[in-house]
Amino acid sequence: MLRPLLCLLLVLVPALPAGAQRITAIDYGRSEIRFVGKQMGVPAEGRFGKFSAQVDFDPAQPAAGTAAVEIDLSSFDTGTPEADTEVKRKPWLNVAVFPTATFVSTAIKPLGGNRYEVAGKLTIKGRTRELTAPFTVRKDGAASILEGAFTLLRLQFGIGEGPWADTETVADEVQVRFKLTGVPKN
Amino acid sequence: MILCSATLGLYMVDLQLSPAKLKLYSWHKWLGVTIFLVAVVRLGWRLTHPAPALPATVPAWQQRSAALTHALLYVLLFAVPLSGWLMSSALGVQVVYFGVLPLPDLVEKDKVLGEQLKLAHFSLNVTLLVLVVLHVAAALKHHFLDRDEVLHRMLPAVRSLR
Repeated sequence: MLRPLLCLLLVLVPALPAGAQRITAIDYGRSEIRFVGKQMGVPAEGRFGKFSAQVDFDPAQPAAGTAAVEIDLSSFDTGTPEADTEVKRKPWLNVAVFPTATFVSTAIKPLGGNRYEVAGKLTIKGRTRELTAPFTVRKDGAASILEGAFTLLRLQFGIGEGPWADTETVADEVQVRFKLTGVPKN
Repeated sequence: MILCSATLGLYMVDLQLSPAKLKLYSWHKWLGVTIFLVAVVRLGWRLTHPAPALPATVPAWQQRSAALTHALLYVLLFAVPLSGWLMSSALGVQVVYFGVLPLPDLVEKDKVLGEQLKLAHFSLNVTLLVLVVLHVAAALKHHFLDRDEVLHRMLPAVRSLR
């Protein structure tokens, strides 16, 4: 009596909808980092085409998770060449001297359900600031999608110096949204 | 308002990218939206209050060209701001009236279309300015050469000054 039950269990367990799995690798084709700033109240949207992320995150053990993201700032892309060229210049991101922005997590905590919060250090233009960002995790086939957002204050990082520091024209707040599609390591 | 906006438009396009340039572009767009709104009111007024006929002394060909010029002026009052709005949409910079009220984008972001609309916006403006000059010249001709009532009808204040 016990044996058939055990057999049944062994067959069924892998077929059960797996909970979110541990994520150790990123599928960049299905991941993105986007931002929305505002100039004169007009939203200006774009993305970073190139970045790398080392993520080790198990939703069952969020506190043990870590994330390190490095963004290639020269991949700044709004689809408007004039804006892209300007933002890479010295008063803004100064890409020639500071080619990358980095984020390194210091803690991840659960917020209940599929919601979590990551805290860490964000470095842009040689300035490091503490940052927390809420994110959610959802399954998509074999993959898990981590999605979150935070508001960055550009002047804290010296993004837009001199006359560009005027927040009447270009808002201090920049919304950053990230979507990382995690796949279990093969 | 139109003169302001056109002058601003001509001046701002060649500026180096700066906060001032972004401000001027926004002001230009807000002016354009305002002109469009005033044009709507004006058209409503004209449709419910037709213009009086020209004096019988005006030759038929002049009557016809006046009617055509006026019709074109009305078309341009709408076409110029609309082409600017379309161009903004195509170039991916939304129009946000007074920085508060976002206007819907009329077309998808499309650089080639944006450049075509830029040319259209400019050409329509040149046409509008030519017609305004014609319109003013004709009004002055009526006043000083024909010595008729046409300019007085357009500007009641001129009559009251006499």
